[in-house]
Amino acid sequence: MKAIVTVLGKDKVGIIADVATIMKEYGVNICDISQTLMQEYFTMIMLVDLSAATVDFAALQKELAARGREIGVDIRIQHQDLFDSMHKI
Amino acid sequence: MLETGDILETIRMVDDQNLDVRTITLSLSLLDCISSSGRETEKKVYDKIMRRAGKLVETGEKLSGELGIPIVNKRISVTPVSMIGSPSGDYVGLAKVLDRAAKETGVDFIGGYSALVHKAMTDAERDFMASVPEAISCTDKVCSSINVASTRSGINMDAVAMTGRIVKELAERTADRGAIGCAKFVVFANAVEDNPFMAGAFTGLGEGEATVNVGVSGPGVVAAALKNCKGKDLTEIADVIKRTAFKITRAGQLVGSKAAEMLGAKFGIVDLSLAPTPAIGDSVAEILEVMGLSSVGGHGTTAALALLNDAVKKGGVMASGMVGGLSGAFIPVSEDAGMIRAARSGKLTLPKLEAMTAVCSVGLDMIAVPGDTTAETISAIIADECAIGVVNGKTTAVRLIPVPGGKVGDEVDFGGLLGSAPVMPVSDVDSSEFVRRGGIIPAPLHSLKN
Repeated sequence: MKAIVTVLGKDKVGIIADVATIMKEYGVNICDISQTLMQEYFTMIMLVDLSAATVDFAALQKELAARGREIGVDIRIQHQDLFDSMHKI
Repeated sequence: MLETGDILETIRMVDDQNLDVRTITLSLSLLDCISSSGRETEKKVYDKIMRRAGKLVETGEKLSGELGIPIVNKRISVTPVSMIGSPSGDYVGLAKVLDRAAKETGVDFIGGYSALVHKAMTDAERDFMASVPEAISCTDKVCSSINVASTRSGINMDAVAMTGRIVKELAERTADRGAIGCAKFVVFANAVEDNPFMAGAFTGLGEGEATVNVGVSGPGVVAAALKNCKGKDLTEIADVIKRTAFKITRAGQLVGSKAAEMLGAKFGIVDLSLAPTPAIGDSVAEILEVMGLSSVGGHGTTAALALLNDAVKKGGVMASGMVGGLSGAFIPVSEDAGMIRAARSGKLTLPKLEAMTAVCSVGLDMIAVPGDTTAETISAIIADECAIGVVNGKTTAVRLIPVPGGKVGDEVDFGGLLGSAPVMPVSDVDSSEFVRRGGIIPAPLHSLKN
């Protein structure tokens, strides 16, 4: 299963490292990553593959959201299907 | 990889513009539960609902989490109870069982305390209709609907007269709860068999064993898209609505097909409805106002609504394998912040709402009227609405709340998604003799259309 991770919030040192560390810890492969910075607003989008993950989706979602709260950004993970459905014919 | 802009657009739709899937409704056939003993029917009904819908809420929550889109309601619709209960005649007992099963599965509502009497009533159906006020007032989750008219058979005015009395009795029986019983009872012309929305959802006889039907929402998303269209003409406005409706519907299609698979059911239809909620930024009225009306209810409202309704369907049809249900923009007064505001200020009136129902889904919905409105006047309003549906070959419905003791200008609060509404004036012309005549208003001609 592939999912999209989005990180939105104020830019600071180590956001990508934080998210990537969690992914590594649970065997989640990062397939693609893009990042933009508008003024100080940080947007990162990651395509990840959960087929070898050692954690279930809901638990990973919780962990990412909690880490996001700690570092003051909004981190979410959603099934890729929603975006594919809405934006591809 | 997806475009960053597309991903952020979806996230904005959910976070800021109230995009949600309004309901996943599991439509269950109860035809195999019919038995000559009331007790046995009740047992079979309860067992079947628990077996087929036991995981509905859990499935909805899991999907909502994985996809990151709220699924606001999980509901069940069943075969009309007038049919299931007729051998035993114990209709209220079945309503209580439906209520218990709904509570134990955790769903928001269960629909199907219904009868289809658009041409005539059997003795059993007459008994069933008489049971509606008791059944709905002694349960919490059960919704009821009666189909009293169809384009092919005309309007059953005997049934229309009865439904006016049912509405009044429901209001009296639930007077201590803001006449909430009336919010769970709807009268239809041309009722559809696969509607996922309440209070009118039931499982038609042409439906299968277990089917997932989905109702999408998203008036806030459409309004937000139109706010970027300053200076554009109405052809372009229609195009923007179509493109937005496409995206909204695709989300519904995805949720429905996944839910059906997880529940071992068939995926039925996506209902392309723009269903508002009382939340700010989730209003159909706001869309019409963004188009250029200073208030919903003014001249031009019907035309703007016709454009919206048609464009939503055109965009949605391509996004879904199967479209059905009520499909169109809903205009419930109490459930739409913009409608409430316009009704409160007197800019939106009952006659204008009636005109609006000729071009959109579904009818005079969630409208509070004075407590002294007679059953005959309510029946006459229902008859008018049926005439619009029958002649135009569309579904229409009436869900009125004659608030006990309520006077024009009073406010009534139903809570939650049902919202609040000002009591609106009705005509004081006496139509009782017309209603009391009974009989059938014959089906209209299907040629010589003018």
